Amino acid sequence: MTPLLTVRDLTVHFDTDDGPVEAVDGASFVVEPGEILGLVGESGSGKSVTALTILRLIRPPGRVVSGSIGFEGRELLALGEDEMRAVRGARISMVFQSPRTALNPVLPVGRQIARLYRLHQGLAPAEAERRTLEMLTLVGIPEPERRARQYAHQLSGGMCQRVMIAMALATSPRLLLADEPTTGLDVSIAAQILDLMIELGRRTGASILLITHDLGVVAGVCDRVAVMHAGQLVECAEVHALFKRPAHPYTRALVNAIPRVDREVVMEPIPGAVPSLLGPPPGCRYAGRCPDVLDVCRTARPAVAAVADGHEVACYAVEGTRGAAARR
Amino acid sequence: MAAVVAQRAETRRASARLWRRAQRNRLSFAALGVIAAITLVALAAPWLAPYDPDATDATAALASVSRAHWLGTDLYGRDQLSRIIHAARVDLLVALVATAMALTTGSLLGALAGYRGGWIDQLVMRAIDSVMAFPAFILAMAITATLGNSTAYVVAAIAITHVPIYTRLIRGEMLKVRETEYAEAARTVGNPGHRIVLRHLLPNCVPPLIVQATLAMGFAILTVAALSFLGLGIQPPQSEWGAMTAEGAGYIVSGEWWLFLFPGLAIMVTVLAFNLVGDTLRDLLDPRMQGVR
Repeated sequence: MTPLLTVRDLTVHFDTDDGPVEAVDGASFVVEPGEILGLVGESGSGKSVTALTILRLIRPPGRVVSGSIGFEGRELLALGEDEMRAVRGARISMVFQSPRTALNPVLPVGRQIARLYRLHQGLAPAEAERRTLEMLTLVGIPEPERRARQYAHQLSGGMCQRVMIAMALATSPRLLLADEPTTGLDVSIAAQILDLMIELGRRTGASILLITHDLGVVAGVCDRVAVMHAGQLVECAEVHALFKRPAHPYTRALVNAIPRVDREVVMEPIPGAVPSLLGPPPGCRYAGRCPDVLDVCRTARPAVAAVADGHEVACYAVEGTRGAAARR
Repeated sequence: MAAVVAQRAETRRASARLWRRAQRNRLSFAALGVIAAITLVALAAPWLAPYDPDATDATAALASVSRAHWLGTDLYGRDQLSRIIHAARVDLLVALVATAMALTTGSLLGALAGYRGGWIDQLVMRAIDSVMAFPAFILAMAITATLGNSTAYVVAAIAITHVPIYTRLIRGEMLKVRETEYAEAARTVGNPGHRIVLRHLLPNCVPPLIVQATLAMGFAILTVAALSFLGLGIQPPQSEWGAMTAEGAGYIVSGEWWLFLFPGLAIMVTVLAFNLVGDTLRDLLDPRMQGVR
């Protein structure tokens, strides 16, 4: 199967007076058609920047230094601005972290959705409104006619996120970028929202790139997981493989930090903090926090290598990758 | 149907709340009444004015306040009340058109500078700085003195001197709103830049714009009057408050007090009313003042 999205060696820098902040450093991953890929990592690990880069919405001082983003057989980084605008919202769409602030406070929510039909499908106003109401009903908003005329501040947080999802899926995109879609919602609403997104995604056949720092969510809904640390992609695997046999020391630490109610396990905090991305040390960026650190880790960057079928890790210390790394 | 009714009721409640809060400030409420009254008078001037503002009457020259001429007459026997009423049209219209022009131009420039940033921002803001390098009134004087003082140039002079107010205001607001998530969201769905600015971001900058425009309106009236006072604004025989005050000023020593007092009062009351309303609007529209008495 040809992947829907292929990100290769993506590097994004933000220029500051003190030098470039290396927000994303050589990230590579693919999203298959119809799959849900979890992108996990701590705050500041480059997850959101990666998503915005896919939509080519990184603005100065940010810039894409190198890499390629293939989507539906086209190179997104080479598209003209007009072509890119036709991709945004129509082929790739995004759900934001805080739904209330992601909706324009001075436009009725219905109008914001209807706009998409007019922009990308050229529908007449009446038809766009009809489709909007359909979409609002689909995401489970009661009294859609009334709600469509309301403003974001008149809706609850969960309802705002439903509107965002309606907006994101309105034009049946192939790829949905969900940037921590449940942050700021209470737990029961969060679960509903997540289910809704997954279900609608499955129904329309859209792939979802789910950005989160909640491994519980990942375990529950994702097909595969990519783990990011300090701008680098350290591990990518099927969700079961990742939780059963986490290979990278950072992934192991993350998995061990999950609170368990079924077993008497001590939650282990991860020592240290994400290193500064302003002139980070060469080599592996986890080296400073890693229990298995080798000398080579501090000087050279480990290459991504397969430890099992569909399970890739970038680490010198992981058995089975050493030989592969040396060969490159 | 019920939904629509409920929606209307909600809108009504919100406007009713604003109305109640406006009423609480008696002084500004009165000022709003004054503005409404002056506007009505200006609109209905031909029907309200007791005399033709330009009709001379040699028998009633320099007549004081009387039953026949409530506010007296000038050297040519022209009725002061009629002239002041007709002058309201000119003063308000010039100020309104100038404010509208400055607001449109200034906001668009500010939105462009703030949203695009970079060299466009530099270019626009340095141009604005160079306009601001001159005291506004001196610049307006220079413009009308060089171009000639037809009404159109007076409007242009005031508009040009007012553009920086709106440009700086909107640029600042734009810097704030362009970083919001809804701006980002508008970009992620593929809206073109001009649409994001005009339909999504500018409407979010409207409250401070209304406040600023109301305050600037008072200032614009003052500028028309001041220019005309100096003979650089509206030209006689068209009656205009500033020009009338200037004419009347010549009579301060000889005792014809009605000639300068009433046009001067007209300017003062109007400008004061706009300033009071502007100040109150600022308080009302400031979200930090919500619910505060």
